[in-house]
Amino acid sequence: MTNAIQYGKKSHRHNDVVFPVVNTVFLVLLMFVTLYPVINTVAYSFNDGTDALKGGIGMWPRVWSLKSYQSILQDPAVYQAAWISASKTIIITLLNLFWTGMLAYALARREYVLRKFITMVMILTMYVNAGLIPNYLLISKTLRLSKSYWVYIIPTMFSCFNMIVLRTYIAGLPEALVESARIDGAGDIRVYWQIIFPLCMPVLATVALFVAVGSWNSWFDTHLYCAGKSYLHSLQYLLKMKLATTQQSANAAKASVDALTNSSSAKTTPVTIRCAITVISTVPILVVYPFLQKYFVTGMALGSVKG
Amino acid sequence: MTDLASKSGRKTRPRKGGFFGTLCKQWQLAAMSVPMLLYVLLFNYAPMWGWINAFKDYGNRKLVAKGITPFIGLGNFKWLFSRPDFFITVRNTLAMSVINLVFGTVSAILLAILLNEVRNRGFKRTVQTVTYLPHFLSMVIVVAMSQNIFATNGPVNALLTSTGIIKSPVFWLGEGKYFWWLVGVINVWKEVGWGTIIYISAMTSIDPSLYEAAAIDGAGRFHRILHVTLPGIRSTFIILLIMNIGHLMEAGFEIQYLLGNGLVANYSRTIDIFVLEYGTQQMDIGVATAAGMFKSVVAIILLVSANFIAKRLGEDTLV
Repeated sequence: MTNAIQYGKKSHRHNDVVFPVVNTVFLVLLMFVTLYPVINTVAYSFNDGTDALKGGIGMWPRVWSLKSYQSILQDPAVYQAAWISASKTIIITLLNLFWTGMLAYALARREYVLRKFITMVMILTMYVNAGLIPNYLLISKTLRLSKSYWVYIIPTMFSCFNMIVLRTYIAGLPEALVESARIDGAGDIRVYWQIIFPLCMPVLATVALFVAVGSWNSWFDTHLYCAGKSYLHSLQYLLKMKLATTQQSANAAKASVDALTNSSSAKTTPVTIRCAITVISTVPILVVYPFLQKYFVTGMALGSVKG
Repeated sequence: MTDLASKSGRKTRPRKGGFFGTLCKQWQLAAMSVPMLLYVLLFNYAPMWGWINAFKDYGNRKLVAKGITPFIGLGNFKWLFSRPDFFITVRNTLAMSVINLVFGTVSAILLAILLNEVRNRGFKRTVQTVTYLPHFLSMVIVVAMSQNIFATNGPVNALLTSTGIIKSPVFWLGEGKYFWWLVGVINVWKEVGWGTIIYISAMTSIDPSLYEAAAIDGAGRFHRILHVTLPGIRSTFIILLIMNIGHLMEAGFEIQYLLGNGLVANYSRTIDIFVLEYGTQQMDIGVATAAGMFKSVVAIILLVSANFIAKRLGEDTLV
């Protein structure tokens, strides 16, 4: 964009050599700082459990071991949790796309008489919410959804932010698309599914990513509603429980590190197991997200136009 | 089509009939939107009825077991404001959200400016891809990583001791005075890249001729950033600031809940954690709801006043 500009002034010339170099070095450092904790976790996950307790592992495992992964992959609870996490993520994403898309289309139609009222009701939810306890009472006491799979699905079918992203995108499509289909006698439902929906693919991909990541990453719903039902635990909740146990034993572990190094039976410890679960539950996101980058950048810009 | 309908409707029918007449004609739009309206009314508005619990007494277990919860007016609020531990949670919440807001905004704008100055598109994209990544990691994962990074024998301590900044390793996660800043640093690490998206998109909509004009007038890189780029993102900044001020009572819940421990409880407990403990462990729903309601009311007041001030100053506003 600024390539074409001639930087003629002498006094600034040195600035234009130094700055890009400093900037590049800084950004490379920033990338390193961003990635270091991730690489460090991967290194820990492939390290021998007892050895890991000594700490000091950087970007490469010190004593290679696949024990942590082996013990995780032998644990039926991990498979069950992965299944819960994956299935709820897919179902919630599809339901969100289905409802949010149709609502966004309706609210993008200027002639719709309920448009202003519904938009206001929706946007208000972004700033006012009843709070944790009233929501908890509604979901667990009134609707009796706790300790059931449905608690993952039903309360998270809609997000106002995603609706605004979609609505802004749809409102930016040429009006003639809808008009001409109407003249041919198509109703709004048909116009949406046959004409608008296919055109919204890039932004639907964004919304799908946001919803899927949110659902995959959630643990608090399990903590609040399904903690007592181990077959309903999600992968993130499993990790959260490992987090708590390692934290409690952190001090104890430090004291007993010498004792552990002597006993050869304890080859895996919570630290490496925790890191291995972290890696396993992060991989799906790492695989998907770089491909969707160009979509979600536009999506974020759309959502910010009018929040 | 509807324009015609409403025009003819105005001539022949009174206005009210026009509204319902149009609504009937638009039944398909209604079918697409009303289900979600009902959904939001149920899941976002109906729970507000639960605020009534804030005015009831849940303190007496025997009475609660019998289903008797008498109204006590503002009793729960009075009790709340007389508790020093509630004030500590309010202090922690505000401190951490102000740190997050300042750190988060400044770092995102700085990074956006630096990225905007990068000419090589491939490099720019790589930096963006890498810095967006932590946004997609769950807080559980981020805390798991932080426990490694900030461990007594972890990399941060190793770096600081080897460079001589600190003499002996610091127990970062176990000392209250570090907790707020730790949360601030971790949040910047997680969100800085994501935060740049909006600012970069605002920067790309700046008219390139402004940069050219500035360059012709002899403005160097620094002056162009100061007089063209920053004014160009001003309205985005104001809107985001208003929104963030509205969320000042939300310091985040997950990170404090997961990273906090007994040693730092005085600095890690936020209003949300207070609500959770009183609501689900102590089972004093009245007090918990009152605390949550206090939070919501303050949030609304903050949002409205920020919006009002922005309007007074002639800036873009949210509403």
